[in-house]
Amino acid sequence: MIRVLLPAHLRTLAQVNGEVKLEVEGPVTQRTVLDALEASYPMLRGTIRDHVTRQRRPFLRFFACAEDLSHEPPDAPLPDAVVTEAEPFLVIAAVAGG
Amino acid sequence: MSKVRVLVGTRKGAFILTSDGKRDQWNVTGPFFGGWEIYHLKGSPADPNRLYASQSTGWFGQLIQRSDDGGKTWRPVDNKFVYDGVAGTHQWYDGTPHPWEFKRVWHLEPSLTDPDTVYAGVEDAALFRSIDGGQTWRELAGLRAHGSGPHWQPGGGGMCLHTILLDPSNPGRMFIAISSAGAFRTDDGGESWRPINRGLKSEHIPDPAAEVGHCVHHIAMHHSRPGVLFMQKHWDVMRSDDAGESWQEVSGNLPTDFGFAIDVHAHQPETIYVVPIKSDSEHYPPDGKLRVFRSQTGGNEWEALTKGLPQHDCYVNVLRDAMAVDSLDSCGIYFGTTGGQVYGSPDAGDSWAPLVRDLPAVLSVEVQTLS
Repeated sequence: MIRVLLPAHLRTLAQVNGEVKLEVEGPVTQRTVLDALEASYPMLRGTIRDHVTRQRRPFLRFFACAEDLSHEPPDAPLPDAVVTEAEPFLVIAAVAGG
Repeated sequence: MSKVRVLVGTRKGAFILTSDGKRDQWNVTGPFFGGWEIYHLKGSPADPNRLYASQSTGWFGQLIQRSDDGGKTWRPVDNKFVYDGVAGTHQWYDGTPHPWEFKRVWHLEPSLTDPDTVYAGVEDAALFRSIDGGQTWRELAGLRAHGSGPHWQPGGGGMCLHTILLDPSNPGRMFIAISSAGAFRTDDGGESWRPINRGLKSEHIPDPAAEVGHCVHHIAMHHSRPGVLFMQKHWDVMRSDDAGESWQEVSGNLPTDFGFAIDVHAHQPETIYVVPIKSDSEHYPPDGKLRVFRSQTGGNEWEALTKGLPQHDCYVNVLRDAMAVDSLDSCGIYFGTTGGQVYGSPDAGDSWAPLVRDLPAVLSVEVQTLS
């Protein structure tokens, strides 16, 4: 299972408390994790990635193991600690706005 | 006994205010979707329990929420707004071409007859329609394809399609307005469109006969007389008696004819309301006095309505979608401010009182009259 931590607004939208746990088929990458997330929680489609381009929305970042993975290719493998459930994959909303 | 439900969209969530027909005691529920910008929410005239809400933020983009029980519970429906074909370009603020990019839904207009059909006016300006209760959205691409799209420019608030008026006497006819392209009309259900801006004069447009480019802020219509339109333009209050073919200025004795909101009395088609705002660089009322102006002659002759409204030190704005009327025998008028107050008048504007006064900045107000 892959642990995913969403920002508060998306937890409310998905009606989940705390972390989400996802079964991910095949290699564990940003793309496969987000595909699994959107398959389990369709209301999140378009809120993290653009519907058409599938690019990360500008005010969001992806972190794991205290590293910013936002600019890694979407098909790059995520760290082993994410695969082994030792660490979560984090979707972080920018601290911005009012 | 009749009831009134006021739907309020704010910068940080939606609120629903309810009262009986007396309209002197109000119950406030919300916030719904707390922390999100709710540009607009509106109920279906065909099924008052069916509500649609536009929910967005800069972080997470656009969502559409739907309620089937009058706002007690909500569920997200489809939020995929994709322009038809090649999106193309419009003019940017500096006049250079800029790609069309979806940003948010400004206005949701449910069909007059079918609760599952709803129109969405979006930024960058386009019109979408759902015929399945919001499960899927499709652009009515004839509007942008009419030819002038590459010349449209955004106003200060973005290039938004903010007004959608459905003609109750002609299912094929619809009016929309875009800031700052102008007003457009379709007579074939949205397949084809043409600009209806003859008579509008805008200082920032050198060509007095310009077909597009006018910063229309809002248009209102009385359901019994859909060929008569009232417009609050950036500057100027305008009127058309021929479904937008031509416009005449009816600003008359208003203290300023800049403003955003305009609406029509539910039972008197010649009685209209505006909230004059000092100028386009000072988005607050003149002299610190919050005054609604009413004309009972379809424009030109205006009276200030002040009873119950702050008459000193008031520097709020009233945005384009933040005024609405109920249809009780004594017509109620409602408006919301950027200071978070929602004011109501149960007597057609003669007297006012706050329904609630400390909400986040109000973006939109809609009213449902329930039997």
